[in-house]
Amino acid sequence: MKFSLKIWRQKNAQDKGSFVNYEVFGISEEMSFLEMLDVLNEDLTLKGEDPVAFAHDCREGICGTCGLFINGRAHGPLRETTTCQLFMRHFKDGEALTIEPWRAKAFPVIKDLVVDRSAFDRILQAGGFVSVNVGSAPEANSILIPKKDADHAFDAATCIGCGACVATCKNASAVLFVSAKVSHLALMPQGKPERQVRVLNMVKAMDNEGFGNCTNTGACEIECPKGITLASIARLRREYCKAKLKP
Amino acid sequence: MELNSHIPEGKLEEKWSSHKAGLKLVNPANKRKFEIIVIGTGLAGASAAASLGELGYQVKSFCFQDSPRRAHSIAAQGGINAAKNYRNDGDSVYRLFYDTIKGGDFRAREANVYRLAELSVAIIDQAVAQGVPFAREYSGLLDNRSFGGTQVSRTFYARGQTGQQLLLGAISSMCRQITLGNVQVFPFHEMLDIVLIDGRAKGIVARNLITGEIKSYAAHAVILASGGYGNIFYLSTNAKGSNATAIWRAYKKGAFFANPCFTQIHPTCIPVSSHNQSKLTLMSEGLRNDGRVWIPKNKNDNRSPEQIPETDRDYFLENRYPAFGNLVPRDVASRAIKQVCDEGRGVRGKMAVYLDLSDAINRLGKEVISERYGNLFEMYERITGESPYRTPMRIYPAIHYCMGGLWVDYNLMTTIPGLFALGECNFSDHGANRLGASALMQGLADGYFIIPYTISNYLAELGTEKKNVYHPNFREAENKVKEQVRKFLSTKGNRTVDDFHKELGKVLWDGVGMSRSEQSLKDAIDKIKGLREEFLKNVKVNGIDESLNQSLEKAGRVSDFLELAELLAMDALARDESCGCHFRIEHQTEEHEPKRNDEKFSHVAVWEYQGSDNPPKMHKEVLKFERIHLAARSYK
Repeated sequence: MKFSLKIWRQKNAQDKGSFVNYEVFGISEEMSFLEMLDVLNEDLTLKGEDPVAFAHDCREGICGTCGLFINGRAHGPLRETTTCQLFMRHFKDGEALTIEPWRAKAFPVIKDLVVDRSAFDRILQAGGFVSVNVGSAPEANSILIPKKDADHAFDAATCIGCGACVATCKNASAVLFVSAKVSHLALMPQGKPERQVRVLNMVKAMDNEGFGNCTNTGACEIECPKGITLASIARLRREYCKAKLKP
Repeated sequence: MELNSHIPEGKLEEKWSSHKAGLKLVNPANKRKFEIIVIGTGLAGASAAASLGELGYQVKSFCFQDSPRRAHSIAAQGGINAAKNYRNDGDSVYRLFYDTIKGGDFRAREANVYRLAELSVAIIDQAVAQGVPFAREYSGLLDNRSFGGTQVSRTFYARGQTGQQLLLGAISSMCRQITLGNVQVFPFHEMLDIVLIDGRAKGIVARNLITGEIKSYAAHAVILASGGYGNIFYLSTNAKGSNATAIWRAYKKGAFFANPCFTQIHPTCIPVSSHNQSKLTLMSEGLRNDGRVWIPKNKNDNRSPEQIPETDRDYFLENRYPAFGNLVPRDVASRAIKQVCDEGRGVRGKMAVYLDLSDAINRLGKEVISERYGNLFEMYERITGESPYRTPMRIYPAIHYCMGGLWVDYNLMTTIPGLFALGECNFSDHGANRLGASALMQGLADGYFIIPYTISNYLAELGTEKKNVYHPNFREAENKVKEQVRKFLSTKGNRTVDDFHKELGKVLWDGVGMSRSEQSLKDAIDKIKGLREEFLKNVKVNGIDESLNQSLEKAGRVSDFLELAELLAMDALARDESCGCHFRIEHQTEEHEPKRNDEKFSHVAVWEYQGSDNPPKMHKEVLKFERIHLAARSYK
């Protein structure tokens, strides 16, 4: 297979950046999308050019490092799939592929396709935890959690923090990300004592980072590689209203 | 230098509690005067940073990833063991201890393993209190499943994403300490040297991967929790960035390296399919609970698997190991799979066997199976284009974990005073083979429950006086790192870093992989030497130092792998027996099971660096088994 690639190149945060066209040949169906980029980079390196910087690590869809905007879609064309889990059999031979970084004010470009997502970490630090010290935990089975609640909490907790929700949102809102953590902990008894202060602090941190507001377009739900739904956002709103209204 | 493991006297069951009682403490007001550096933010590093922060120490936490949450512990699938005995199926601390020692083929320390089993129960309590959403029964109680090498159900899990949930739990505790000002994080920073002053670890030199700045950081103690070196094989289940640089550079500064040849091959991974493949993907061992491993009885049977009737299938694990069946330990399963494939009996003659869940799907229904393994099935389908609900998975072994690592004493301190090693990067608990669901247990035991006690003992003796980064030893280390960076960028050869790495991987897989012989090891050592020389002269790294440069990062890591590879092969050559993962073809039974030599090799092989021009020196830590009777390992 061969592909025509149009890739965003940007030297650093200050550089303006632009698209550059490349061709890749000899790609097989079994190769992953990132392996196709590896082939391009090997070729560029041997030609003496700077290879394309892109973020990746586990290459099995769980670390949340990778994230490319492919033909106008966060993580490319497949539902509930990270960029690293795309395989070339998911594309047509000869197809033109436009590859861009996540674009959001709160995610400045570091180089080429790599962006700075530390804003997410700062939001978690504002309240994404249960205040329990090592040594003070009660016996595990003394906390009973209905299976349904545990399952729903798990569904929210699968967020990998990749930022696709922000990248795909026209407002560059981080509400799906924040709602996933708020939901996970609000659904479990361990998270209940701090639920109000948590939601207020996390939403405040999100606003401080320069993310946009949510207007319920639902784009985030479509592109989330872990299938986190708008139900989380609804829960975030309920949590937020309750916390705000409480004296 | 004499090795002293500092294993406490007394009865096995009382060693840890009596040891703790004798450890010195740091007064709460003084704790904030101590600075501790932690390298790595996986389960061991994040749990250590969080619990030390909670105690009031000033912690600096470094990771090369863009966020601490991305460390490769995140990818652990199946579960975490704990001797809770919630199932009333005969589990106990002693049984978890015994299973772990036996699973490791009697090449681990009794005292460390017993402590690990003892602490396992508190880990589950801690994780639940943090809000880790473990799988539950309808009663609201915690659920369990079984794993390889055991006959009880003691594995706690969160679907196929247990590592993710445990890591996010540890990271959340660390986040709280960041907010409280006790932990400072340095993402996108790679440790490139450890700095010793008067023989003690006093800080590190790290490179900021975004700006290229090379800078020193001073501390009272340094903890390495940088993971394993499985990526040395190029194709492995590790993340692409996982590397040995931190432990290797510590080794070259005087930390001894133990049992480097103990590298685990995981039996159930998706087979290699393309020559440009960059990584192998694990399918959790949890699947062997409900899955059955088989091959067609007839070599040339090209029917699709659903069409092959029971009578024409060879369930070779169940037949060969009736007592444990599909749940034999990883090394045993891997070798059996390799053996049938080497005989040309793999699926359609290829290097693959079936892992079939259709019996379980029929018995339990698709819904139950999807609840247990849904995400793994989806992952498999994305990668291979085949649905495991319809057709059995094809699997083959791959490099997964390293039991070997930096030598540590009972306090988890290396041979460099003030330098500790936790989690996969130390050697301590798994002997020659790790049981499934034990890596998460060890990482968290080390970080939450061991290091907070043992590090205080070191710091209390040390005193609060701090060295600063203007000490000439920091300057010297910085200059050495800068020189190496300059060298990589100015070599301007003809081969890329990945190209060297791939070749190294092939040399190791062929010569130092699942089976090893004197000849294959000697050949591998020669090839590694040649490759290392060529790398220095012919590597090509483009771009500049003062910005993100992924080729430059890789060059440093691969250059360390090229050195470690030789030690790995030397250790495998010196261990002239078979044990656990280490299979020397010269030493096998008639049934191709590994044959240990307890008389000569019941020791930890501990290597000391002697400079680049001299071969390393081997020390032996003799393993004393006071409680366990050494026996031939049998899973029949």
